[in-house]
Amino acid sequence: MAVISDTRSALTSACAVVREGLAADAVAGIVPAYVASPASTSEAAALMRAASAHDLAVVPRGAGTGFGWGLPGSRCDLVVDMQAMDQVLEHASGDLVARVQAGVTLGQLSSVLGMAGQQLALDAPAEATVGGVVSTGTAGPRRFRYGAPRDLLIGITAVRADGVIARSGGKVVKNVAGYDIGKLLAGSQGTLALITEATFRLHPVPPSAAWVTAEFGPLGRAAAAAGVAAAAGSALVPSAVELDWSGSMLRMGVLLEGTAAGVAERVKQMSSVLASLGASLTVAVADVPVRWWDQVPASGSPAVVVRVTFWVSALGEVLEAIAASGSDAEVRPAVSGPAGAGMLYACLDPGTEAAAAARFVATLRERVAGPRGGVVVLAAPPAVLEAVEAYRNVPGAALMRAVKDQFDPGNRMFPGRMAGVI
Amino acid sequence: MTAAIDALVPAMLDICGRGNVITDPLELRTYECDGLTSHRTVPALVVLPGSAGEVAAVVAECARAGVPFVARGSGTGLSGGALPHQDGVLIVMSRMRRILEIDPVSRRAVVEPGVTNLSVSKAAAPFGLFYAPDPSSQVVCSVGGNVAENSGGAHCLKHGFTVHHVMGLEIVTPAGELTWLGDGTGVVTGYDLLGAFTGSEGTLGIVTKIVVKLMPLPEVVHTLLAAYATTSEGGQAVSDIIGAGIVPAAIEMMDALSIEAAEAAVHCNYPSGAGAVLIVELDGPAAEVEAELSLVRSLCEEAGATEIRAADDPAERAVIWAGRKSAFAAVGRISPDFIVQDGVVPRTSLGAVLARIASLSASAGIRVANVFHAGDGNLHPLVLYDDSVPGEPEAAEELSGAILDACLEHGGSITGEHGVGVDKSRYMPKMFSADDLDTMQLLRCAFDPASLCNPGKVFPTPRLCGEVPGHRRGVHPAVAAGQAEIF
Repeated sequence: MAVISDTRSALTSACAVVREGLAADAVAGIVPAYVASPASTSEAAALMRAASAHDLAVVPRGAGTGFGWGLPGSRCDLVVDMQAMDQVLEHASGDLVARVQAGVTLGQLSSVLGMAGQQLALDAPAEATVGGVVSTGTAGPRRFRYGAPRDLLIGITAVRADGVIARSGGKVVKNVAGYDIGKLLAGSQGTLALITEATFRLHPVPPSAAWVTAEFGPLGRAAAAAGVAAAAGSALVPSAVELDWSGSMLRMGVLLEGTAAGVAERVKQMSSVLASLGASLTVAVADVPVRWWDQVPASGSPAVVVRVTFWVSALGEVLEAIAASGSDAEVRPAVSGPAGAGMLYACLDPGTEAAAAARFVATLRERVAGPRGGVVVLAAPPAVLEAVEAYRNVPGAALMRAVKDQFDPGNRMFPGRMAGVI
Repeated sequence: MTAAIDALVPAMLDICGRGNVITDPLELRTYECDGLTSHRTVPALVVLPGSAGEVAAVVAECARAGVPFVARGSGTGLSGGALPHQDGVLIVMSRMRRILEIDPVSRRAVVEPGVTNLSVSKAAAPFGLFYAPDPSSQVVCSVGGNVAENSGGAHCLKHGFTVHHVMGLEIVTPAGELTWLGDGTGVVTGYDLLGAFTGSEGTLGIVTKIVVKLMPLPEVVHTLLAAYATTSEGGQAVSDIIGAGIVPAAIEMMDALSIEAAEAAVHCNYPSGAGAVLIVELDGPAAEVEAELSLVRSLCEEAGATEIRAADDPAERAVIWAGRKSAFAAVGRISPDFIVQDGVVPRTSLGAVLARIASLSASAGIRVANVFHAGDGNLHPLVLYDDSVPGEPEAAEELSGAILDACLEHGGSITGEHGVGVDKSRYMPKMFSADDLDTMQLLRCAFDPASLCNPGKVFPTPRLCGEVPGHRRGVHPAVAAGQAEIF
C-alpha cells in the first residue's frame, strides 16, 4: 500500500488533476490505476517524470475516438487524458498556420479556422482531438490531395517517456532545420512520446465542392479499377477518389473543389471521363461529403477492419483478391476507402466467426501481400488476433524497434499497441 | 592516408572494381567540396559503387573498420552536407543513375539515387506526368541528394517538398544492411521512418533506390510578372493573393539589386527602374486557372504594379523565369564574392525582416541582394563582399548570421531548403534547446550508434549513443575503452 500511495502522491504533486481509473477508462480491458489530466506541457512533463520514476505504463488519450483501431495494448497504469489542453494557441491566418494544444478537437479547430475561411485539410471525426488524430495518422478521403497528418504537421511539442520536453519543426511551412521528429510521432500511436502541442499548415476553404458519383454493376470491378485510375491520374485535380463496394453495389466518387464555375466545368469533364468507361453516373453536388464517403467505419463498430494498401495499377487485382478471399472464407466484406490513394478498408460484420475472419485475412495476404503493399488488421476481437498477425513483413521493422528502444527504453509508452511492428 | 584507409583499399577494389576507387591525391581533390565551396576537406578515399549491393558492401566494410563515410550525389548542396571526412570514405552515387521503372497508372517512378531531378520529369512527360519538386539546380542535382536535403524549389508552395513526393526508399543502413522504408504506396505502416529519414542530410544511411510520386501535368500554366517601386508594395500583393484564398504554384520576388545582377548576366529585360519584381505562377485545370489569373492580375494592379506581363506558353514563361533562375549566379556580375543565405520567416513578417536586413546592410556597409520565395517566406539574401578587401569576409559572415537571428526573432527558421550541413550546425542551438537536439539524436542513435554516417553534420555536438538519457556523467565507457571516438 505504501508503494501505491507513494505513486499517487508523486502523480498528484506533478499534476493538479489526478483521479483513480474507472471501468470506463479501461484500455484493452485493463483498468488503469490512475487517470491524470495535465493542463500544460510543463505539467505533462512533471507527470511523465513521476510516471518514469514509478515505472508506470502510460497510455495517452484524447477523445478516445481512435482507440478501437490498433492493437489493444498489454499494460496500462496511467492514462494521460489530454482533453484539458484545449487551447488554440495561435491562428496566424495570414501565414495559413495554426498552433494548438493536443486536446483541441477537430470540430473546435474547424470553427476557429472557418471564421477566416481556412481549414486543417484532414477528414476526421469532429470530436477527435488533434493529438489523437496526429498519433493515429488519421486521414479520410481528402488524403488523396492533402495527405495525412504527417504532411500537414509543421511543428510539434512532445514529452518523452523520461519527462523531457522536446520540440521539432517550427511555425513556418518551409523548414529543414534538424530531424523532423513530428514525422516520427505522427502515426506512432502514443508509443514513443506524449504529444502536447502541434502546429499545422492550413488551406483555404474552397468556395465550392461537388462529388461525381459513378455506379458500376456488381461485376464491374475491372471498370471500377479503371475509373479510379482515370480519375486519380486526371489533370482535373480531384481532392478525393473513393471506392465503395458492399454486396451488389459498387461505386466510386470523385470530389472536386474550387470556384463554383470551375467546379461545374470540371464536374462535366470528370463525368465524361467516367461515362466513357461505361459507368452510370449520378452527379451529386454538395459542400459536405455524401454520407457514405466519410463512413470510414467508426472505430469499434465492425468486428474486423482490415486495411489493404497497394499501387493503384494493382487495384483490379486487389478487388479480385478481396472477392476470392471473401468467398474462400464465406464472408461478405464491405469495402471502402481512398482507392485513388492506394488504400481500402475491408470490414467484416460483428457477427463474423473468428475462424472465418482469420481465414479471410490469411488468404487475402497470400493473394495481395508483396513488396508493394500489404494487409494490416486494424481492429479485431482477440480470437482473430490469436489466429492471424495484425502486421506482417513491415519494411524497416528492425529500425523501428531500434527507434522505440531509444525513445522508450523501459517500454512504458502504450506497451503492446504496436506489437508485431516493434 | 591513414592505416585504416590503407587496409580498406583492397576490399573496396574488390567491391567496386579498379576504375571506381580513387586514391590519387590529385583526383581526390576533385571531391573536396560540394556547392558550399567555402568548406573544403580532401577525402581519404573515394569510391563509386555501381549498385545497391556494392553500396551495402562498401558501408559494411567501413562499419567493420570503424571508418566514417559520407555519401555524395551531384555535389550541388549549399550547406556542405556532402563535405568529405578527412579520414573517411566518400561514396559517390553518380554511377547509379538509372530510371528503373515508370508506372503511369500508379503515378510512380522507381529511380536510382544518382539520377538527376529533371531527368525524372523528362522520362515521365510522355505519360503526361511530372516530378514536382524542382530545386533551381534541377538540371544537375540528384534525386538522392534531394532526399537527403528534403529539397524544395520554387513550386513547393503548392506542390510540397521532396518529403511529400517520396513514397519509398531502399537504404543501406550505417551497419551496411539493405532495407526498405515505405513500400511506394504512400500509406505508412508502423513508424514513419521514410518521413524521418527524408531531410536527415545523409546522417542516417545511404539511399539506393527511390520510389517517387508523379503528378499529372497541369492543363494550363500561367506566369505573370508584376513590377513595383518597392518590395513592400510587392509584399502587399503577395498578402492579398494569399488572403484571397489562392495558392499559386509559385510566388517569387527579387529586389532592385538582384534585378540589376540578373540584367547584367542574362539580359532578362525586366521592367527598367523597378524596385521589385514579383513572379506569380498559376497552374491547374483551365476551368480554375483562368478565373484565378484575372483575380491575381487585378490584385497585383491594386497593390501598385507599374507594369504587368503575362505568359502562357513555355517559351514566354521561360523568358520571365530566366532572370529569377539565374539570380544566384548572376550576382557574380556585380560582386566578386557572395554568401547565399537561406532563412525563413512567417510570410506576414517579410516586410519587417526585409527592412531589418536593409538596416543591417547599411550599418555594416555590405550590400545585400534579396531573392526570395515570397509565398512561403523563404528568403535568399545574397550577401555581397570582396574577399580581397581586409575585413570584408568577416563583416559579410557576421551580417549573414545577423540575418538568421532576425529570422529566428520573427519565429522563423535558419534554413528553408539548403540544409544545416556543416554551415549552420552552430546556429542549431539558437533555434532548438539542448533537449530538442538531444531528442533528435535519439533517432540518430537508432540508425547509427557508432556515429560513422556523415559525422559532424547538422548537430553542433554529437551524442554518444550508449548513454542513458538525462544521466550524462564523465567519459563515455566506449571512449574510455577505445571503442568509440568523438568525431
